[in-house]
Amino acid sequence: MAPKGTLTNGNVHDNGRVNGFQNGRKGHTTSSRNGDRHKTEDGSGAYFESFEETPLHIAIWTYLGYGLLVVFGHIRDFLRDIGIEKIKSCTEPRLSGFVPLYQSWESFYTRNLYRRIRDCWNRPICSVAGAEMEILERTTSDHGWNFKLTDKKKKVMNFGSYNYLGFAENKGPCADAVEKNVHEWGLSSGASRQELGYQEIHKELDDLVAEFLGVEAAITVPMGFATNSMNMPCLVGKGCLILSDEINHASLVLGSRLSGATINTFKHNNMKDLEAKLREAVIGGQPRTHRPWKKILIVVEGVYSMEGSIIDLPEVIRLKKKYKAYLYLDEAHSMGAMGPNGRGVVDYFGLDPKDVDIMMGTFTKSFGASGGYIGGTKRLINHLRLHSHAAMYSLSMPPPVVQQIISSMSIIMGLDGTNEGKKRIQQLKWNLRYLRRRLNEMGFIIYGNKDSPVVPLLIYMPSKIAALSRECLARGVGIVVVGFPATPIIESRARFCLSAAHTKEMLDRAIEVLDEVGDLLRLKYSRKLLPKFSEDEVELVKIPTKRYVRPLVTIFPVPPTLSLLLSVN
Amino acid sequence: MAIIPATWDMYEMFQAIFQAPTYHLIFEALLILWIIKLIFSKSYAPGKTVLTEKEKEALIEDWHPEPLAPDVPDDHPVLQAMNNNIISGKAEKYVTVRGKRCINMATLNFLGMVGDESIEAVTIKCLRKYGVGSCGPRGFYGTMDVHLELEDRLAKFMHCEEAILYSYGFATIASAIPAYSKRGDVIFCDEGVCFAIQKGLVASRSLIKYFKHNNMEDLERLLLEQQAEDQRNPKKAKATRRFLVVEGLYNKHGDICPLPKLIELKWKYKLRIFVEESFSFGVLGASGRGITEHFGINVDEIDLIAASLENSIGSCGGFCCGKKYVIDHQRLSGLGYCFSASLPPMLATAAIEALNIMERDPGICQTLRNNCRMVHDGLSKLSYFHVGSDPLAPIQHLYLTEPSADRDLDTCTLQKIADEAIKNGVALTLSRYLEAEEHHLPLPSIRVAVNAKLSNEEITKVVATIAEASRTVLCTSSL
Repeated sequence: MAPKGTLTNGNVHDNGRVNGFQNGRKGHTTSSRNGDRHKTEDGSGAYFESFEETPLHIAIWTYLGYGLLVVFGHIRDFLRDIGIEKIKSCTEPRLSGFVPLYQSWESFYTRNLYRRIRDCWNRPICSVAGAEMEILERTTSDHGWNFKLTDKKKKVMNFGSYNYLGFAENKGPCADAVEKNVHEWGLSSGASRQELGYQEIHKELDDLVAEFLGVEAAITVPMGFATNSMNMPCLVGKGCLILSDEINHASLVLGSRLSGATINTFKHNNMKDLEAKLREAVIGGQPRTHRPWKKILIVVEGVYSMEGSIIDLPEVIRLKKKYKAYLYLDEAHSMGAMGPNGRGVVDYFGLDPKDVDIMMGTFTKSFGASGGYIGGTKRLINHLRLHSHAAMYSLSMPPPVVQQIISSMSIIMGLDGTNEGKKRIQQLKWNLRYLRRRLNEMGFIIYGNKDSPVVPLLIYMPSKIAALSRECLARGVGIVVVGFPATPIIESRARFCLSAAHTKEMLDRAIEVLDEVGDLLRLKYSRKLLPKFSEDEVELVKIPTKRYVRPLVTIFPVPPTLSLLLSVN
Repeated sequence: MAIIPATWDMYEMFQAIFQAPTYHLIFEALLILWIIKLIFSKSYAPGKTVLTEKEKEALIEDWHPEPLAPDVPDDHPVLQAMNNNIISGKAEKYVTVRGKRCINMATLNFLGMVGDESIEAVTIKCLRKYGVGSCGPRGFYGTMDVHLELEDRLAKFMHCEEAILYSYGFATIASAIPAYSKRGDVIFCDEGVCFAIQKGLVASRSLIKYFKHNNMEDLERLLLEQQAEDQRNPKKAKATRRFLVVEGLYNKHGDICPLPKLIELKWKYKLRIFVEESFSFGVLGASGRGITEHFGINVDEIDLIAASLENSIGSCGGFCCGKKYVIDHQRLSGLGYCFSASLPPMLATAAIEALNIMERDPGICQTLRNNCRMVHDGLSKLSYFHVGSDPLAPIQHLYLTEPSADRDLDTCTLQKIADEAIKNGVALTLSRYLEAEEHHLPLPSIRVAVNAKLSNEEITKVVATIAEASRTVLCTSSL
């Protein structure tokens, strides 16, 4: 008999989130069992995460809201079917003999729910996606079926882009270096790494990334999504088990599926569940045959962008060592944004990067570039250089992007001789604590870890999703809202991505707007006591830059003087 | 007891209970309890072993996983070729390999867009407006006006209703296929398709039926089989979508697909046809619109065209185009579109400018094809090689005329020839494959990529150098 809960390749949901993500963990304060970080309920300890329980009446109203929308959707579908209501979207023509490309019920949600509030997504912008951005105004004459661009632009504050360290810039040292680079290296290598597309600048980047991560070697891929989906199949295959967090990103789900390995999920950030599944897998072996698994790969993300939670990495590493599994850590949202040196969750917890077998991350978020990397032992990376799908079937990284990463990473590492990188890292920490604290004080339900660079604010009701997004935009704050299927159906939320480029004045303005809109929409649901953390624990780096000389060895741990000078308490 | 009539049997039954001896009642009660227990107890499972904690610990102690990655020697030939032939500077018509300036016959810069100064100038202007990264997926403020403009321009260029932009060539077709084809659907696919398509097929979890490369009889055989199957089970057939996936110009073979015949089969057997045009876009057809223009077929006959912007266009990313009702679906269902950061705006601008160049000077595609023909003719005369590609193809595969039984040996020989050519000023590369994972592995080959900007003298030099290099390597090794 197959172990309970084992998923074969089929049962993972198409929308990138995995089935079965339910409310089991709600109302808990997660905390680590690691000795030095004691359990805290109030946020005064080092590791604090909060997921306030959904108030019952809110849950009921939310379900009623969806119920109403579904009823109206069916009525209008019926009216469309009999030809009373005009169909405004472009629909599939009926070709005789052909099986229709889409089933009508497949797009029920898109047609009747998503369409009403479509203007909250895909807003085109026409400027750099920095602390502020210019949004192109769109109008719709038919309730979201079609949009038309007007000539008007609107300058708003940007709390939607992943620009954690503020490197989305069109001037400054990075942009200057990129401009120079275009003249020297061109825009593209025109080939894959193995087919003469491997330029010296790629080698430079690989080496720098390895040094930054504190691992032996690294390989880079021009697209973050593809880094997962094109490399995971090289690591595990048939007869291997992937233990994946239930809310892992779509790219990890796709990579797992393409690998052909058996996929099993564990509850989000739940170490007890992970241990139980690991134990069962090692003891029971493969389903039916009971042969031992060839390899077991634990796949987790550093920071979960929808939940704002941080993986309990010390515990994952303990379990991985105990059960001899391998660990795949996706640091898409944590690299650059977490840790005293901006080196991700490994740095945040003060762990040894060599304990993580596969260090994966992207350059989109903190480096203002695009693409992804995998770091690990020389043996692993050599294997990937030979067998990664990206190494032979697709383009190597475009040189301007490579340059942006090299420049921004050097600044973060302090190799440019200034403490600009440190300044940004500390500013981000201060900003996120400040915003999270204020939002908590105003009575919003805020999910996640106190140190996470993403701050999710719970909206719940479907109509409020659009209302919040539109009202904020009208008041000059651009935010991201997410609903089903990216979240569980009743837990729609807004997501604030903080950036080091945000100034205190900007945050204050945004907080003012949110306070006003929060009252207007009655979004302040929280009934919990205030957690005890604040931005005061973060020490900002003052502007007069003290020249910091690059240490000889830039591998963890960082020089003690530096960590004393700049550490978060 | 007056309620129950005395004549009723029930009455006697109750009387019997009262009169029964105690031991009888106890016995019956026990029987009832036993039945209840039987009902509620779990069924007997034979062979179910329960391990003690100690045994479990021992099992955990005993288990040793395979190493995460096999050990690769540092002097692996492919790694060596990669590390030795590292490129310095721009990979334009000429390229510097190992400090030696070579004519670039390796990278897929067919129209010479990489290295074009007007494109670089526009790109830098864009850099100064948008920075490098877009910092978000298309849904969350990652849509810049240049992305919309590029989509619009591509759709217009291809005479389609709509185009959708992906940030990576590989992810384009690999995301497009599973957006439409699901479990239970059937995909007919040429066995010569590239790896990205193969991955898209796996991700779709549909039933895949491969037909022999460019063999229409074999395809029709499979289609007839499917038709017979459908007639046996018409209910299932009504819900089974059928797709046909081909490449316009095959990367692995360098030949062109017989599109008119495929279109005929499409209408006859009611298939949706997807054409991957990474190697024909910007190459075939009077204005470079690809395989449809080449055969003079209306683009509306094709359900979806996908192509990479990494070859002819010399940028990064890829696009799909077709009817609005087809393409729009990917905006919510294309995994690589929804869940990935958008293309860096400066690279999107580079693609727009490349399209401008193609539109301003459609003759560039004709020049490219002339060069292809010339390279093809020149290489065909070489005695050690057999050229497998179409004369119009911008990639010419050189196979050994007398391959040995050992694939690795042949690869090694070809690598030596490529290295020798590099020494003499012509950059060449082998076609690399994941040998264990390819559905249909072609023979090892040197893949010569043609650039529209090559002059006749340069082509003559390339052919002569390859001839010389192969003579040097093959004569010395046979001695």
